Formats: sequence, C-alpha cells, structure tokens
Amino acid sequence: MSKIVRTGANLLYPFILIFGLYVIMHGHLTPGGGFQGGAVVATAVALVIVAYSFEEVTAMIKKVGMKARESIGLLLFIGAGIAALAIGAPFFSNFLANSGLLFGQVVPSGPNPGDLNTAGVIPIMNLAVGIEVWGGLAVILLYMLSGITKEGS
Amino acid sequence: MIPAFIVENSPALMVIVPLVAAFLSPFIGRISSMVRSIWVGGAMAVTSTIALILALDVYSAGTRLYVFGASAASAAVPPDSGGIPIRIIFEIDQMSALMLVITAISGFAIILYSLSSERSHTGLESFYTLYLLMITGILGMVSTGDIFNFFVFLEILSLASAGLIAYRVDGGVAVEAALKYFVLSTIGALAILVAIGIYYGQYNALNMAMIAARMQFSVLDQVALVLIIAALAMKCGAVPMHFWTPDAYSMAPSSITALLVVASQASLYGLFRTVFTLYNVTLNAATVGWLIIILGVLSMVVGVTMAIPQKNVKRLMAYHAVSQTGYMLLGVGVGLAVLGNQSLLDAFGYMAMEGGIFHIINHAMYKGLLFLTAGAIFLRVGTYNLNRMGGLGHSMKWTMVFFVIGALAIAGIPPFNGFASKLMIYESVFVFNPLLAVIAMVVSILTLASFVKVFHSIFMGPALPEYSGVREAPMPMLVGMGILAVVVILFGLFPGIVVESLITPAAHALVDQGAYIGAVLGGA
Repeated sequence: MSKIVRTGANLLYPFILIFGLYVIMHGHLTPGGGFQGGAVVATAVALVIVAYSFEEVTAMIKKVGMKARESIGLLLFIGAGIAALAIGAPFFSNFLANSGLLFGQVVPSGPNPGDLNTAGVIPIMNLAVGIEVWGGLAVILLYMLSGITKEGS
Repeated sequence: MIPAFIVENSPALMVIVPLVAAFLSPFIGRISSMVRSIWVGGAMAVTSTIALILALDVYSAGTRLYVFGASAASAAVPPDSGGIPIRIIFEIDQMSALMLVITAISGFAIILYSLSSERSHTGLESFYTLYLLMITGILGMVSTGDIFNFFVFLEILSLASAGLIAYRVDGGVAVEAALKYFVLSTIGALAILVAIGIYYGQYNALNMAMIAARMQFSVLDQVALVLIIAALAMKCGAVPMHFWTPDAYSMAPSSITALLVVASQASLYGLFRTVFTLYNVTLNAATVGWLIIILGVLSMVVGVTMAIPQKNVKRLMAYHAVSQTGYMLLGVGVGLAVLGNQSLLDAFGYMAMEGGIFHIINHAMYKGLLFLTAGAIFLRVGTYNLNRMGGLGHSMKWTMVFFVIGALAIAGIPPFNGFASKLMIYESVFVFNPLLAVIAMVVSILTLASFVKVFHSIFMGPALPEYSGVREAPMPMLVGMGILAVVVILFGLFPGIVVESLITPAAHALVDQGAYIGAVLGGA
C-alpha cells in the first residue's frame, strides 16, 4: 500500500490496541467485554495486513504467537474456574468478589460510578476471552492472507 | 477408595480435564510426539474414569446436581432469584449416566486406536485438541440441565467435528463433506436457538426442569418442539435429513467416524430429553410418538436399502448407521406413543423404550468397532473400495475376527449385543403394531445380507498378489477394537444384568418427569 496508508496505520495501531484493551478491561462495567474487545484488537492485525506486504506482515505477526495466545487465553479462563475448585467452592464460583483482594472491592448498593476494581473473577475471565479472541481472529486473518498471496503471486 | 473431592466435583471435572488437556496439548506436543501421545491418552483415561465414577454414583445414589458458580454445588435455586434456577446446572440422572458410560468406553477405546492410526500424519496437535473438544461437547450435552448450555455444547461438538471431518483434506473432498456437515449443523443449531428463545420468552427460564414445570404446550411450544425435533433428528442422521451422514462418515478418519456415531447418539439423547422431560404428557403423545416411529421406520428402510448397493465400505457402514438409528427411534417412539397410559406403558411401552435405549449403547459399541476395523483395513490396504479388496482374511486375522463380531452384532445374531436389544424391540413393538415389528425384522435380514457381502469381498477368497505385503494392524489399534469387541460380547452374553442395572433405570428416569423437575426445584 501507499506511504499514506502505512503512516496512517502506524499512527492508528497503538490507539486501536489501547481502545480494545479498554473495552476488555471495562467489560464488567460498560457495554462490551472480552469478545468485543478482542475483536477490536484483532482489527489492528487486520490493519497491518491491509497496509503492509505479505513478507512484512509475516515478519511482524507470528502465527505461532497468535496460536499460543489462543491457548493461553482459554487456559486462563479455565484456570479462573479451577481456582474456585481449589478453595472448595463449585467450578466457576466467583470467590474473588467482595473479598477485598484482586478485583475484590465491595460494591455499595444503589447507583455508583463504577469502580474498575470490582466483580471478582469476571474481569479476569474477560481478559482471558480477550486474549483468546485476539489470537483466534488473528490466526483466521493470517490464514485468509496466505490464500490471497498465492493467488496474487 | 475414591476421594470425596473427585466424587463431589465429578460433573465439573469431567469437562475440565478434557478442556485443559485439549488446550495444553499444542504446547506439550512441542516436546515430542511421544509425550503428546501419553498426555492425550492419559487425559482421556482420566476423563473416562471420572465419567464412570460419576455414572456409578448416579446409579447407586440417584440424580446428581452440579450448580456452576454457586456457593454450594447443590444450591440450585438461589434465595434471592424468585424461585428461578438462574445458574448453569448439570443434572445427571440415570439416562445421562448411561450416555456417560457410552462416551467413556468409546472415547477411551477410540483414542487408543487413533494414537496408533494417526501417528504418521501431520497436524496432530489440532487433531487431539479437537478430539478432546468433541469429548467435552458430548459429555456436556448429555449432562447439562440447562437448555442454552445444551446449545453451547452442541456447538462445541459441531465445530470440533467439522474440523476433524476435514482433517484429511483428500483433494478437497473431505473439506466438502465437512462444509456440508457444518452448514447443516449451523442451520440445526439456529433452529434450536430459536426454540430456546421461544421457551425463554414464554417461561423466563432456560433451566430444563423449570421449563418443564411451567410447560403449557401452547402453539409456540409446538413450533419449538418441531424446530428441536427437526434439528436433532438431522443431527442424529434420521431419514429424510440423513444426507450428510454418508459424506461425513466416509470422509472423516475412521477413529473420528466412530466418535461421530457417539456424537449422533448424544443428539438422539437430546431429542429424547426434549420430548420426555420438557414436554412429557403435555404433548399429544400419540401424534408425536407416531411421528418419531415414522422417522424411525423410514430411517431403517431407506438406510438399509441405500447401504446394499454401496461399494465404498465406509459409505455402506454410514448408511447402516442411519438404519440402526431407526431402531432406536422406533423403540423409544413406541414408548412415547403410549405415554400417559400406564397400563399400556407397563405392558410393552417400557420394554420398547428399554430396547431402544439399549440399542443406543449397543450401536455405539458395534458400529464404532466396525468403523475402526474399516480404518484398520484402510491403513494397510489404502482403499475403501470393496471391489478392489479380497483375501485379507489370510493376513489380518484379528481384524477379521473383530469385523465378524461387529457384523453379527449389527445384524442381530445371538449371542451378540445387537440381538439382545433388537429382540426387546421386536417383542414389544409386535404388541403395539405387528407390521412395524415385521419391517424391523426384514431390515435386520437385509443388514445381515449386506454384511455377508462385505465380509466376503474383504476377507474371503485367495490372497491377492497386490496385498501380499499386508500385515496385521498395529497392537494399540487392536487393543482399541478389542475393548469394544469385549463389550459387544459381554452385553450379548449377559443382557439381563445390563438391562436390569443400566437400561431399566435409564428408561424410568426418562419417563419420570416429576423426579427430574423435583431434583432442581425441590418437592414438586
């Protein structure tokens, strides 16, 4: 692509990442969540693919790394569920909520401004889903890209 | 003894173990393929053990609940929810436990087989990931007590199956079969989703027990029933929605075909669960019962007549799978048709249902065995074409023995398990309607004829020169087939014990809607 597109992509790239991560991390407070945020982050990958040539893209974004993200996200998700088993509660039990630990701030009843440090394991699971969707969609995009290159060259 | 922790958490653990193993296997596979084989084999063994422990517990102590994310695993209805069970609940009664037994045995036998049969192929890290996801999907589908959760596990199963059907690309033919399967599965899943939406809109609940307790059988419920029956009958390969089965079954690797049979049984379970637990006596039992009987008879007849002219051994077996599914639909359909009439139900209804349900477990065993033998033959000979095989009985003796066991079982010859369940179906269906029993017997005879032909063209005759180098299948594959063959013979020799201890409780649990509701809502 032209220099204009590349420069634009370079400029936008960090902002897309940050916006996606924002949607992921505020999943328990605002509309959106792990999947939506992960999809936004994956659009950054799509932007890179559109702006750069096949060789540059494959040098920048590794398929192995994206596959690893996919697995790690899923493992983190299940791990958050298993952690509940370890303390004697049923699978997926929200043992962190209102506990005072990580994401464990007690939420006052009634209208409140929405504190990030709440909701227990839900933000952790959102994060896990975000990582997973980022990896998964990126892998899909990379596979589509490889199909196009063979056609073009 | 078994630690209490495992027994208490077994419903969750049997889903957790394959999931964790599935997502770790790409990492572990990087160490070496040997380590990966041990890892996935061990994970499957653990999963099977947990599922069997759970099934044993259910058979001895009654229905088990597992409430995800609650403060305690048995707290189905939170105190502040207005009496609605809002959480995802696994509810395992005897019918679910029976399906767990089937999945545990087949899943373990098949992974032993595929560790050997797939060893020389590429892309194994995703193969085993998807395999374990399929197991997760099946186990989840048969255990869940939440209808949306059922849809989720159905989708996990469909996606993993589609990936595995396309696993051997085979010049794009396998991909085409997978695409067909995937499109149909998606349409079916959407139909189920619409039905779930209808329930949710009417009854404000997704929990099956809650929906069943509030069921009105309004016009909307009838629409939902049609959508669910159509989608799940398609997924289990009943005629006239069977057209994906020959393609998918014949193009998938043989180990996966054997697991697809189990997967189709899980869809059948979903169908029975919907009809008996969600609706039960509220629906017009005779009409819906006859609908399922007709689906069953059509599947039996069309399946077997389509199977006879096939030249590809796996396509032939796939059509027989369609045909055998018909027996299960027939048996359980007869039970449904007399639902609500206690005297008829006692006279032959329960027996027909037991026959149908017994046939589910028998079918999973002998059909799995047959597909595995077909895979073993393909591994050594490199073709599925019956016209190009012959004389393999000289070199593959054990495979031949296993094939004979499977073939006689599917044809309903004593002393194999197919005979036991088919006899129950014949006897009870004859009391209900003699014509149906006659059709069922004719189909069995045609099945026997078809398998005699297959047996002759694969194993009999002089040893062919082009197959002079053919050896017996590798040991792990034989062990996998052997496990299924032993089950086939044991179930055939002692059907009384199996029916009494496994099948009768399952049939009664399926009919007893009140117990299913009561386990979640209490009292009822």
